[in-house]
Amino acid sequence: MQERLPAPLPSSDQPSRGSRPAEAVPLLAAEELSVERAGRLVLSRLSFTLRPGEVLLVTGRNGAGKSTLIRTLAGLLQPTAGGIRFGLADAETRGVETVHYLGYEDALKPSLTVAENLDFWASMLGGAAERGLPVPEALAAFGIARLVDLRAGYLSAGQKRRVALARLLTVPRPVWLLDEPLIALDSEAQGVLTALMAKHAAQGGAILVASHQPLALPHARIDLAERHAPAPLPEEA
Amino acid sequence: MSGSGLREAASGSPLAALFRRELRVGRRIGGGAALGVMFFLILVTLVPFGVGPDLNTLSRIGPAILWIAALLATLLGLDRLFAGDRDDGSLDLLLMSRTPAELTVLAKCVAHWLLTGLPLVAASPLFGLMLGMDGRALLQATASLAAGTPALTMLGAIGAALTVGLRKGGLLMAVLILPLCVPVLIFGVSAATAGLGNPVPFLTPFLVECALSLAAVAGAPFAAAAALRAMND
Repeated sequence: MQERLPAPLPSSDQPSRGSRPAEAVPLLAAEELSVERAGRLVLSRLSFTLRPGEVLLVTGRNGAGKSTLIRTLAGLLQPTAGGIRFGLADAETRGVETVHYLGYEDALKPSLTVAENLDFWASMLGGAAERGLPVPEALAAFGIARLVDLRAGYLSAGQKRRVALARLLTVPRPVWLLDEPLIALDSEAQGVLTALMAKHAAQGGAILVASHQPLALPHARIDLAERHAPAPLPEEA
Repeated sequence: MSGSGLREAASGSPLAALFRRELRVGRRIGGGAALGVMFFLILVTLVPFGVGPDLNTLSRIGPAILWIAALLATLLGLDRLFAGDRDDGSLDLLLMSRTPAELTVLAKCVAHWLLTGLPLVAASPLFGLMLGMDGRALLQATASLAAGTPALTMLGAIGAALTVGLRKGGLLMAVLILPLCVPVLIFGVSAATAGLGNPVPFLTPFLVECALSLAAVAGAPFAAAAALRAMND
């Protein structure tokens, strides 16, 4: 496996991490997480923590449970056992509200323009108070500012992906859960995304990426296929 | 300053944004309101071909025809209420957002009713005229439809949420929801025909109809939101 740097992240190339206490509160922690899909145990007793500044790459063959893991962390699937803790959750904020989720769908309405789509998600996810980059700037970051008034239905797969990624910039959220974010992107856009991920981590964010492609920034790695072969469910008494 | 700030907050609020998005999508896709009204019109014009052109018969069963046509036209568009959002991945993000899913459901239903239910109500006096209904019957039928169609939309939302993950959910949704619509239909037709060969006063079934709608608006979002959470995996 070609990894730029072994896990955990070396502190030498990230000076901002040095000032932080070594035991910073994890933004996201999975504790003995087990998830069942259609009667089959897909994830069993998976534990990890994601601290500010960390990037975690989840690999594994097709069907190893990468998307299941990300959807469970996003609160869209219920774990069979174990728990998920969000460092920034409190009485006012549910944990998943500190999380950006990018699935394999782009969550764009084909009949709305790019700007209308992004404005909607910025309002829906961020409300009036919590705003990140304005929509035009978020689009410009991915080099698609000229598409702002085009209906999303006319975009190519790669352009839609870029718009979906621009959504991450319009609302500030500390944890990014990205399911195959590089898919459909050309090499230029992959470079842009990698740079933005590095920037997000450097600013104290945390990222969990499921991908088949190598990641060109310092990261830790979990291989779901190596961890365990999917086991049959234990017999119920 | 405070005024514009307030307007900003209102226009930037998640529910307002969702409501505007639903109206926009609904208006831009497939003619929205016009298509439902066309379906309503076709159903109403089919009936005289079936029962014959006798105006007395038609005017007697007219309110019932209007109601059944409105019921079918309402359910027709409802199966895509959540399926579109599920197909493009929006539903995941809506369920993750700070806005409770119950309010999300309610906002979508209100937008859907404005786009499909309200045009049906507005068109019903005209279509009632085609069935030979007199002025009083037209007025009562329109009023009972205005009071009852919100209940149909809200009940339909439960069915739409339950069938959100299915490829061909439309028919199953109709089978699930049509029996639940029976009380709405009974009191709706009863109010529409009150005083016209139907001994009950108008107000009694009309108020029951209003109560059914209010109860559906209050209760259905919880059922639909629970169904969405359960079915979205």
